[in-house]
Amino acid sequence: MTHFSALSLLRNALTGHKNWAEQWPDAQPKSEYDVVIVGAGGHGLGAAYYLAKEHGITNVAVIDKGWLGGGNTGRNTTIIRSNYLYDESARLYDHALDLWDGLSQELNYNVMYSKRGVMMLAHNVHDVQSFQRHIHSNRLNSVDNQWLTPGQAKELCPPLNISSTARYPVMGAALQKRAGTARHDAVAWGYARAAAARGVDIIQNCPVIAIRRGADGAVAGVDTAKGFIKAKKVAVSAAGHTSVVMESAGVRMPLESYPLQALVSEPVKPVFPCVVMSNTVHAYISQSDKGELVIGSGTDQYTSYSQRGGLPLIEHTVAAICEVFPIFNRMRMLRKWGGIVDVTPDRSAILGKAPVEGLYVNCGWGTGGFKATPGAAHTLAWTVAKDEPHPINAPFTLERFTTGRLIDEAAAAAVAH
Amino acid sequence: MLLIHCPYCEETLPEAEFAYAGEAHIDRPADPSALSDEEWRDYLFIRSNVKGPHFERWRHVHGCARFFNAVRDTVSDKFMTTYKAGDPRPDLTAEEAAQ
Amino acid sequence: MTRFRVEGKGRVEHAEPVNFTFDGRTYTGLRGDTVASALLANGVHLIGRSFKYHRPRGTVTAGSEEPNALISTSRGKGRYEPNTRATVQELREGLVAESQNRWPSLNFDIGAVNDKAYMLFSAGFYYKTFMWPKSFWNKVYEPIIRAAAGLGVSPGEEDPDRYSSRYLHTDILVIGAGPAGIAAAKSAAQSGARVTLVDENREIGGALLSDPRVKIDDIGAWDWLSAQLVELEELGVRLMMHTTAIGYYHQNMVGLCEKLTDHLDELPEGAPRERLWRVRAGQVVLAQGALEKPLVFDGNDRPGVMLAGSAQTYLNRYGVRVGDEAVVVTSHDSAWYGAFDLADAGTEITAIVDTRDTPRADLAREAERRGIRLFAGHTVTGTAGRLRVKSVRVNPVRDGRVGAAVTVRCDCLLMCGGWTPSLHLFSHTKGSLKWDESQNAYLPDHRSEACHIAGAGRGLWSFEAALNDGDVAGRAAAEAAGFEISDHARFAVAQDRPGTGVTHKELPTDRDAGKARAFIDFQNDVTAKDIRLAVREGMRSIEHVKRYTTNGMATDQGKMSNINGLMIAADALGEAPPRVGLTTFRPPYTPTTFGAFAGYHRGATFELTRRTTIDSWAEEHGAVFEPVAQWRRAWYFPKVGESMDAAVLRECTATRNSVGIFDASTLGKIEVAGPDAAEFMNRMYTNPWTKLAPGRTRYGLLLGEDGFIRDDGVIGRITDDLFHVTTTTGGAARVLNMMEDYLQTEWPDLTVWLTSMTEHWAVVALNGPNARKVLEPLVEGLDISHDAFPHMSVADCKVSGLPARLFRLSFTGELGFEINVPARHGPTLWKALMEAGAAHDICPYGTEAMHVLRAEKGYIIVGQDTDGTVTPEDAGLNWAIGKKKPDFVGKRSLARPDLVMPGRKQLVGLITENGAKLEEGAQIVLDPNQPKPMKMVGHVTSSYRSAALGHPIAMALIEGGRDLMGDIVHVPLPGVTHRARITDTNFYDPEGARLQV
Repeated sequence: MTHFSALSLLRNALTGHKNWAEQWPDAQPKSEYDVVIVGAGGHGLGAAYYLAKEHGITNVAVIDKGWLGGGNTGRNTTIIRSNYLYDESARLYDHALDLWDGLSQELNYNVMYSKRGVMMLAHNVHDVQSFQRHIHSNRLNSVDNQWLTPGQAKELCPPLNISSTARYPVMGAALQKRAGTARHDAVAWGYARAAAARGVDIIQNCPVIAIRRGADGAVAGVDTAKGFIKAKKVAVSAAGHTSVVMESAGVRMPLESYPLQALVSEPVKPVFPCVVMSNTVHAYISQSDKGELVIGSGTDQYTSYSQRGGLPLIEHTVAAICEVFPIFNRMRMLRKWGGIVDVTPDRSAILGKAPVEGLYVNCGWGTGGFKATPGAAHTLAWTVAKDEPHPINAPFTLERFTTGRLIDEAAAAAVAH
Repeated sequence: MLLIHCPYCEETLPEAEFAYAGEAHIDRPADPSALSDEEWRDYLFIRSNVKGPHFERWRHVHGCARFFNAVRDTVSDKFMTTYKAGDPRPDLTAEEAAQ
Repeated sequence: MTRFRVEGKGRVEHAEPVNFTFDGRTYTGLRGDTVASALLANGVHLIGRSFKYHRPRGTVTAGSEEPNALISTSRGKGRYEPNTRATVQELREGLVAESQNRWPSLNFDIGAVNDKAYMLFSAGFYYKTFMWPKSFWNKVYEPIIRAAAGLGVSPGEEDPDRYSSRYLHTDILVIGAGPAGIAAAKSAAQSGARVTLVDENREIGGALLSDPRVKIDDIGAWDWLSAQLVELEELGVRLMMHTTAIGYYHQNMVGLCEKLTDHLDELPEGAPRERLWRVRAGQVVLAQGALEKPLVFDGNDRPGVMLAGSAQTYLNRYGVRVGDEAVVVTSHDSAWYGAFDLADAGTEITAIVDTRDTPRADLAREAERRGIRLFAGHTVTGTAGRLRVKSVRVNPVRDGRVGAAVTVRCDCLLMCGGWTPSLHLFSHTKGSLKWDESQNAYLPDHRSEACHIAGAGRGLWSFEAALNDGDVAGRAAAEAAGFEISDHARFAVAQDRPGTGVTHKELPTDRDAGKARAFIDFQNDVTAKDIRLAVREGMRSIEHVKRYTTNGMATDQGKMSNINGLMIAADALGEAPPRVGLTTFRPPYTPTTFGAFAGYHRGATFELTRRTTIDSWAEEHGAVFEPVAQWRRAWYFPKVGESMDAAVLRECTATRNSVGIFDASTLGKIEVAGPDAAEFMNRMYTNPWTKLAPGRTRYGLLLGEDGFIRDDGVIGRITDDLFHVTTTTGGAARVLNMMEDYLQTEWPDLTVWLTSMTEHWAVVALNGPNARKVLEPLVEGLDISHDAFPHMSVADCKVSGLPARLFRLSFTGELGFEINVPARHGPTLWKALMEAGAAHDICPYGTEAMHVLRAEKGYIIVGQDTDGTVTPEDAGLNWAIGKKKPDFVGKRSLARPDLVMPGRKQLVGLITENGAKLEEGAQIVLDPNQPKPMKMVGHVTSSYRSAALGHPIAMALIEGGRDLMGDIVHVPLPGVTHRARITDTNFYDPEGARLQV
C-alpha cells in the first residue's frame, strides 16, 4: 500500500501521477475463507479491516452484489453524532465517535471528519423536555451535548429563522459540538484500501444467492453468482437487503425496508457552518465541502426496494428547509436520490450473533447507519472473532424482540400530547 | 406518488388519500395468552420484507376509511392487485405471467 | 448595433434594445436574447471561473446544459440568485448580472494560483493529504478547501416572491417541443386526446429554431412553426413554454416547473415567480432531443471554445456571430453546417479540422466552395490565449501516429464530438438503456412506465426522421390511451441536414498526455487524466470513477461530461463502455428553485394550524399560545407585565381557591356506538367496561400490542350501546386509526361504528370549589348536585340554552365539570360561563396551569410522564387493568420476560430537600460521587412550582421507585447536585375529598 501523505502526493505529482498503486485489487473469490462478510458498505468493509487488524484474521472476503460503498454508505447525508438518549445507544454511537476522531490517520485516508457541530432544534414544549432529557443523560454519560437558547442557536447558525411568530418557532436547540459530517465515499474506500492491504479480498459484482448451512445446522458458506464459497463464519451486513439474505439461512428478521430520499442544492460559498436537524418539521441540513447544501428527507410510508421515492415527500422536505431557513428559498435543487433503509420495530440496530452457529448480523440501522460505521464495524469484528458479544453491542441482540427489552429511541422521543 | 385502486370505492386514486398499514395476512392470534414468547414475537415483529410481490395493507383514510389488501412489487412499486380485507390471498400466476 | 450582431438575423427583435449590466458594466442586448447571447453579441466570451482551478471560462453551449456560463442575477431586494445559467436566462430590462468564483475580478483572479499547481490537485488528492497534524483538518485545511469551493454566494435575504403549485390531468404529455414533440402532440391531439406539450424554451421549435433554411412540406421551417402554433391551438393542445419537466415519478406522474416572471421586465403585482405542476398523464411522449458532446483535447476549455451546434444557434436564433475567425474541430458532420452558416454570415472559417480521414464529399465541396481550409484526418493538440482563445494547434494523424503541428489563428474554436440522446427523464423511471455500438450512444431499451420516446432520443438525427417518428409516437400514445387514431402523416423535409460521426476518447496528441489539460467536466475541472488516474487507483465502476473524480457532479449533472468520461474510463479499463456502466440520472432535469417545491407551504401556511372555536377569545384576551401537535393552545393568560411563572401560579391559585375555566376542545373525542360497543371497548382498553352503567364514566387506558401505554382519557357510557371516548390531543387520529384497524380487520364480527367527534364538540372545563355555583344556574334538565350527579357522571342536558353533554370529572383534583356543546356554540358557552363566573372571579387558565394542577394530583400525561416504554405497572396504573378479562390489546406483551422483571422504572413523586425546582429531563442517580459514565436510575418527567403546596414538586421514573419510598436520590446538575426524597405522586389532597363536594 502506497502511504498517502503530502510528500507522496508531491512526488507523484512530479511524475504525472503514473505510479499510484491500486487502492484495492479487484479480487476473485477463493474457495474458502475463515470469514465471509456479505455487504461491502462501510460497516462490512470496516468489520473486515478490524478483523484483520485487531484479531489477526486476514483470510476474509467481503462480497457485494454491486460496487463497494454503493448502498447506503454512498447515499446518506453523512451526519455523525452520538447524543442519543439511552445508555446503550449513547455508548455505541460515542464509541463510533471516538473512532471517527482518528479514522483518517488510522486508515491513512482522509475521510474529512468535520466537527462542525450538530444542532437539533426544539419547536415545542415537548421537544424542549425531550432534548433536556437527552442533555442531562448525555452529560452523565460524558457525551457532549448542550442547550442553546434561540439567540445562541442563531449566533451559531446565522441562516436560522428564530422568529417567534413562525409556524413552528425555534424554542431552543441541543448542540453536540464534536458531532459533524464526513465524506461518505472516503469511509468505504479508506476501509477497503486498509483491509485489502492486510489481505482481505473485496469481491464486487457478486450477488450472494444464499447462505448455506451444514448438516449440523451451522453455517457452511455462501452460494454466490461466482459459485459456492466455504466459510465457517458469515457476517451479514447488507442493510436493506438483510431480510432476504438472512431468510436464506432460515432466519426471519424483524425488519422492514423503506425508501429514504435525500437531495443537494447547487454549490455555494460557505454559508452554513454546522449541521441542523429538526425532527418536528423533518428538516436535516448541512453544507458539504463542495458547497452543496445536503438535505435529508423522511422515509416514504411504504416498504420498497425501488430506490425511487415520491415527489410529495421532496416538496415537504424542501418546504421545511425554507421554513427554518427562509434565505434558501431561491437556491436550487441540483439532485435528489433514494436509498433503502432497514428499520427495526424499536428503530435500533441488531448487531451480534444470529441464532445459527457461525452466523452474525449487523442491520436495522434505519437512518442512523453512517454515523455508527466505525463503532458497528469494530464491535462486529470482535463478536465474529470471539463468537461472543462485545460489551457495547451486547444489548443490540435479536433476542430483545422476544424478551421485550427494546432500545426504543423513537418511542423515548415519544408522542406529542 | 403511487396510484392505488380502492376495492371498496372501485376507483384508482392518488397515494395521498391512503395510508400504508404494514404487511397483510398477519392474523391476531385468537388466544394470545396461549402463545410462547417466541410465537408472540413472530406475530408482533417478524415481517417477510420481501423483494418482489408483497402482500400488504392500505387504508383509504381520506376516502371510505376502509382497510384493504394489496399486492405490490416492492422492486418496481407496481400494484399487481388490491382486494378487500378478509378475502383470501389472490393467485398471482396470471399477474406474474402478465409481467 | 453591437459588434457581433448580424442585422436582421435571428428571432430577436432588432428594434427593441434591452439594457443590462454584467460585473457593473452596462451592455445592450435585444428582446429575445439570453444573457449569454447578448454578451456574445458584445464580444464577451469570458464569463466565469471554474470550480477548482479558477480557470477563465466562456459560454460553451446555448442551452440548459451549460457548465461554464453561471452568473448571479438580481432584481432588487431579496430577489437574488446565484448560479443562474446565462444561456437560459432571458434578457430583461435592468437585469443585474455578476460573474462568480473570482476575486478580486473576473480578469484577474487570485484563486487561479490553483491552476499553476494543478498537478497537485489531481483526482482525489484531498483523500491523500491534509491529515497531519490531526488538529489542522478542522482548523486550517478544511476552512481553506471550503472557501475555495462553491460557486456563487448564497442569497442572504428572505425571498419576497411567492410560488404556486397545481395539479394537471392529461391524456398525453409530450415533453419537448422540437420537431418530434410537435409532430407527436399533433397526431395525438388529432385522435381527440387531451394533449399537453411542454418545453423549457420561450417558444416551440427546438432544433428548428437554429436551422431556418430547412423546408418542411415545402414551407420554410420558421413559417412552418408559426403554422404549427395555430394548428396546435386549434387542436386544443395545452402548450406550456418556459416549463421544464424536472422529474418522472411513479405511474406517469411528471413534475413540471413553469417559470413565470424571471423573463419579464416588470414584475406583475402578486404573480407567482414559478409554478410547480404535478401532472398525471395517461401516456408520456419523451421528445427531448439530443445534446452535443465536446471533444476532449488540451486547452478545450478556453473562453472562445464552444460547441459548434451552439455557435450555429447563436447565429441563426439570436443573430450573433460568436467571433470573426473560427476554427471548427469535429468528428461529426453536423459541425460543418454550422461552419457554412457562419461563413455565409461573415465569420471567417480559418479551418475545419475533421478527425475522420475522409469527410463526406458533398460537405468537402461546400467547404471548398467557401474557401475553407480543410484538415481531414487531423487532431487538435492544444490552444493558446489566456482570457480568450488565440490559436489552435493542429496535427495530422496517420495510422495512429501524430505528426507535426501547425498553428492556426482564431478567436473562437467550435467543437463537435457527436451527439448524446437526452434520456434523463426516461432514466428517472428506471427504464433500461442499451448501448448502441454504431452510434456510440445509450438508447432506450425496456420501458417501465407508459411512455414513448421519439426523435433524437432514439438516435434519429435528421429532421425528417424526427418528425415522422414523432408522428408515430403521438399516435401510439393516443392508441394506448384508448383513442382512435388517424393515418400516419408523412413529413417531407428539404435542406435536411442528417449526419454521422465517430466518437473519441481524448483526441490523440503529440505531447505528453500526462500534462494535457483536456477537460471533460468543465465546471468541476475534471480532465481525461483524472479519469485515467481514478481507474489506475482501482476505481472500476463508473460510479466510483464519478465519485472519485467528481465527473458529472457539477450543476449540469453530467449532461456535457458523462459519455466522454465513460469512453475514457472504458478505454482505461480495456472494457466495452456498457460493461463499465452509466451513472443514474436523478431528478431534477435542471436545477430547480427550492421555492417552487415549497409552493404554498410557507410561513403561516407551512402547515395548517388547528384552532378551537374559543381560540379567538383567548387571542383577544392576551393568551400566549403553544403548539401542540397540529393545534395551537392557550398556554397561559398573562396580565400586563406579568411573567409566565407569575401568571401560571395565579391561574392555579384562582382555580384551587374559587374557579378556573379552561378550553379543552382539542381533546380527541370518539363515539363508539353499536350493540357490541362494550365488547369492543373491553378488547381495546385495559379496563373492564361491561358493568359501567350508562351515565357513568371511567378513566380508560389504551396500550399498544407491545404492552406499552399509548393513550388515555375519560370514557363515558352514554347509553348501553354508546361510549363517548376522549383521547389525548395529539393521539386522537392515532387512536381512531388503531380502533378502526382492529374493528375492520381483526373483529369484523363486532357490530360497532366509530365516529370522530373531536371537531364536533367544543369542550369547556370548569374546575374549582365554586364550579358548581357558576354552572348550576345555566343548566336545564339536569340536577347537578353532588348526590344527583356524582363525580364521574355524564349526562345530556342544556347549558345556557345550548344542547350539551355534561361530564363531571376532574383533571385538577377540584370539583370539575366538562361541558361539551356543538363546536359552533363554543364561544357562546365560554362567554356565558365567564359572565356567570364573574361573581366568583372566574379565571381562564392555559395548558401550563392545567399541567401543574394535574401534577399536584399525580395524574399522568401520556407522552410526558410516559415515553412509549412504560407499562401500566410502571406508571402505577395496574388498577386500571381489568383482571378478569381474558384478553385486550397489549395484554400478552405484559407477560414478556423483560416486562415482568423487577427493577423496572416506576413513576414516583420527588420533593427536593432544598426546595429547588428540578429540571424536567434531569437524570437521577443513587451515588452522586461515582465517576462518569454514571449509572442513572431514572429521570424527572414533570416538574413544577406549586402554589398550593408552597414548594416545587416533581414526578420521575425511577428503577424500582415504589420500593424506595422515602429514600433520598440525587439529581446531578452542572455545578450542583440536588437531593430529593421519593414520595407518592399524589401530592395534593391525597384522600380526594375536594372531588366529593
